[in-house]
Formats: sequence, C-alpha cells, structure tokens
Amino acid sequence: MRTNQKILAYPYIVWLIIFIVVPLILVLYFSLSFRDGGITLENYRRFISPVYGKVLYRSLKLAFISTVFCLVLGYPMAMIIAGADITKRNLMVLLFVLPMWMNFLLRTYAWMTLLGKNGVINNILGYFNLPALNLLYNNGAVILGMVYNFIPFMVLPIYSVLAKMDKTLIEAAKDLGANEITVFRKIIFPLSLPGVITGITMVFMPAVSTFVIPKLLGGGQFMLIGNLVEQQFTYVYDWNFGSAISIIMMVFILIAMAIMAKYEDPMEESGGLW
Amino acid sequence: MVIRSVKKIYTFLMFLFLYAPIITLMIFSFNESRSRGKWGGLTLRWYKELFHDGVIKNAFYYTIVIAIFSAVISTIIGTIAAVGIHNMSFLGKKVVLNINYLPVLNPEIVTGVSLMTLFIFFKLELGFLSMLLAHITFCIPYVVLAVLPKLRQLNKHLAEAAMDLGATPSYAFRKVILPEIMPGIVTGALMAFTLSIDDFVISFFTAGRGVSNLSITVYSMARRGINPRINALSTLMFSAILILLLIINKRTVDQE
Repeated sequence: MRTNQKILAYPYIVWLIIFIVVPLILVLYFSLSFRDGGITLENYRRFISPVYGKVLYRSLKLAFISTVFCLVLGYPMAMIIAGADITKRNLMVLLFVLPMWMNFLLRTYAWMTLLGKNGVINNILGYFNLPALNLLYNNGAVILGMVYNFIPFMVLPIYSVLAKMDKTLIEAAKDLGANEITVFRKIIFPLSLPGVITGITMVFMPAVSTFVIPKLLGGGQFMLIGNLVEQQFTYVYDWNFGSAISIIMMVFILIAMAIMAKYEDPMEESGGLW
Repeated sequence: MVIRSVKKIYTFLMFLFLYAPIITLMIFSFNESRSRGKWGGLTLRWYKELFHDGVIKNAFYYTIVIAIFSAVISTIIGTIAAVGIHNMSFLGKKVVLNINYLPVLNPEIVTGVSLMTLFIFFKLELGFLSMLLAHITFCIPYVVLAVLPKLRQLNKHLAEAAMDLGATPSYAFRKVILPEIMPGIVTGALMAFTLSIDDFVISFFTAGRGVSNLSITVYSMARRGINPRINALSTLMFSAILILLLIINKRTVDQE
C-alpha cells in the first residue's frame, strides 16, 4: 500500500523537473555562455565592474535601511498588539493584514498619488502657503514604498512569538526586582528573536529583489538589481548577462535563507531548505 | 496612564500610515477633477469609464480565469502529489520537498525569468498558456505545503481499517482520507487563488500577445502617470475584499 501510493508523486516530480529544474539549468547555462555559444565566465566578470557594483550596493543599502525601519517601527506595534486583550487583538491583526489583501501594484500606486508633484501632500502644503517638496522619484520614496509594503511581514511574526510567550517569566523577573527596561532587554527581546529573524528575512528578501517599487516610486532612474535583471530580459535582450545576475541573486538569497533557518525557532516545524 | 496614551497615539499613527493611501485613492476616485490635489466635485465618471475600458475588462477577465484554472489544477496536482510524497522514503521525500521549496524561497523575479527562458527556449509563444503554466507552477508548492501537515496528523490505521472492511484503496481514499485532509486542501486552494490573483512579477515575464492581468495593466498605466480609472478600480477591488472578509467572518461566527 505504502509503496503503491508513492507513484502518486511521480506526475508532480515530472512537473517539477520540467518547470523548476530545467528552467534553472537553462538560466545557469545561459549565464555561462556567450550570446553565440561557447562557455565563459565573462557574464559574471562583468557584474563585478564598478557600474554594476554600485547597483548591487544601492540595492543592499536600500533594502537594509527599509528593514531597519520596519523593525524599529514594527516591533513596538507588535508589542502593542500582543498586549491588547483578545477581541481587540484579533481586530488589530485583521486591520494589519487587510491592506496586504489589496493588490501590491495598487498599494504602490497609491503613494504616487500622495507624493507626486501635484499630489495630495504638496497640495496640503500649498494650502498653508508652504513650498512644495520633491517627494517622489528619490531614494526616500523607494524606502517609504518598501516599508509600507513589507512592514506587515515584520509585525506579524514578531507578534505571534510575543503572543505565545510565557507571561510568568516576565512576572518572575519583576518579582526578582527587574525594572521594565531590564525585563525587555533580558527576557522579552531575547525570547522574541526567532520572530525578529523571520521578520528580517521576510522584509529583506523581497526588498532586495523588487523592481516595481524603484520603477514606480523611484521613477526608474534608481536602478536596483531587480531592475537590472528586468532590463536585460525585456529591453536589452542580453539574456546571458541577465541570467548571470539572476544566478548570483538566487545563490545569495538561498544562502541567506539557510543561515537564517539555523536561527529560527527549533520548536516550530518550519522545515525549510536544509 | 501616559504609556497608555502613547500606545494609543502610536497605534493610531501606524494605522493612519497603512490606510491613508488607500482612503485617499478611494476619495479621489469620486473626484471630478483629473488632478489629485483639487476637488472638482463628486462624480461617477471614472467608474463609467472603467466599465467601458476594453483593456481593463480584458485584464480582469484573464485575472479571474487564470486564478480559477490555476487554483483548481494546482489543488488537484498538489493534493495527489502530497499523498505520494508522504509515502516516499526519507531521502526521496527530502529531495522532492527541497525542490518544492525553490519557487517559495527564490526571488519571484528569478522564477519569472527562468520560466520565460524555458518557454522561449522551447518555442512556446508567450500568452495565455505560458502564464497559466507559470501560475500553476508557483501555486502547487503552497498546496503541497498546506496538505502535507494534515497527512502527517492522519491516523495511519484508518485507511487500513477501511480496507480490511472491504473498501477498495480508492474508496478508502475518498471516504476516509480525503475528508480528514480537506481543511488542508481548502487552505491550499484559497492560497493558490489569492496568490494567482495578486501575482505581478511572474506574470509580467510569462504573459504576452495581448494577454495580461490586472497587475500588469496597473503597472503599465501607472508608469505613464496617474490615471483616475485606477483609483476607481482600487476602490472596487478593496470593497470586494472587505465584503468577502466580512462574509467569511460572519460565517465563522455563526458556526461557533
């Protein structure tokens, strides 16, 4: 019976090979070859040049800043939600998840309306006779877009760890004379680390690979690594170079995931790669 | 007391940050004036234009059709695959699950680009079929991951008992195993449906030839600047989600 049922997985294994394994092998093959054939490492060498190094640096920098903002703004929010009584708590979680149900593109587009030159914020400023600001098409707008889109990914994992936390530990610490700050530093924060790490992973990964936010809110002049890949495949048609960047991005992210997975809550059955 | 009001203000500011853009879009969808700063009076003009916009209607149609097809197909393949994977040997299971995780963990852009490469390499014209195949591909892993835990919780002896009592394997599956793992299947199907509806990056690389979904349409419209029709579209989509959630919420409350 057991051995018989195994064959049920075979159609999907075939599917996996055709649509996951073969495409990745193709991308790897393209990344290692010239446009007209022949094996080379030229595409990878090209990526190390200063021009593209700057793109990589900018992507990492913006993703890092956004992740820090999400953590600093999101952690207190997670604590507030976890501290609320049960009915209010569920409502707050629902309100936090609700915007995520709206299309990602529309959420990003919404900020164009607010930040634009003739946008809502500048009109409000103008109403008070204040000078208009250049809010759109700069690094700040890109970071804002990232924080706005990804902050729920930070708040929710931290919240779920905090909500499950054993409250008697906090009481015990207080009984032993610890003040609020010590309790946070020595008990709450260390225990919430698995949630923090999940949150950081879930914000940083999409932030580093997005090409929509820099395109719409950065106006396209702020090239990030995602935009570079998109450009190679849809405008320049240099698939070989685009493939090389994709492979670098993939390897980088899978390694980061593997490292993060080591720090995740061992009690949780997360069962990721490795 | 001070801490409590600080908490309240912080919560308020956070929700203002989350909802201000959405509410602004909704308000300006009724604005007669094309520019966003100025209020030109109440109008339903953008909604009328929206319903006569062939491109948006087309995109809406493809979004829904692809979401339904990919949810149904990936749920069937994923559920069957989960049963098979559950019964595989330790090593085989590990290999298959790791490959299954790839589309979940990989940056979407890498999945999109690699599928596009596959379709073009094998001369499959980018269009409806390529987009559907791509959606099924990134949906199945979520179905597998939703169904597998339910199979692990399943009492192994139930199916054996059913077969001892004379049930054929397929009858035992339908009458014993399937009802037990149903919650996982429903979760997987819902995830597949929402992921497909919301997808942009993978669709962007695998669609083509006049086929596009709402995300792609919004992207190309937004790149050309502000368009009040998008505001109207957002309002409708957000209201639809809100109503859906309220219905689900009411049903779960009623069941309790």
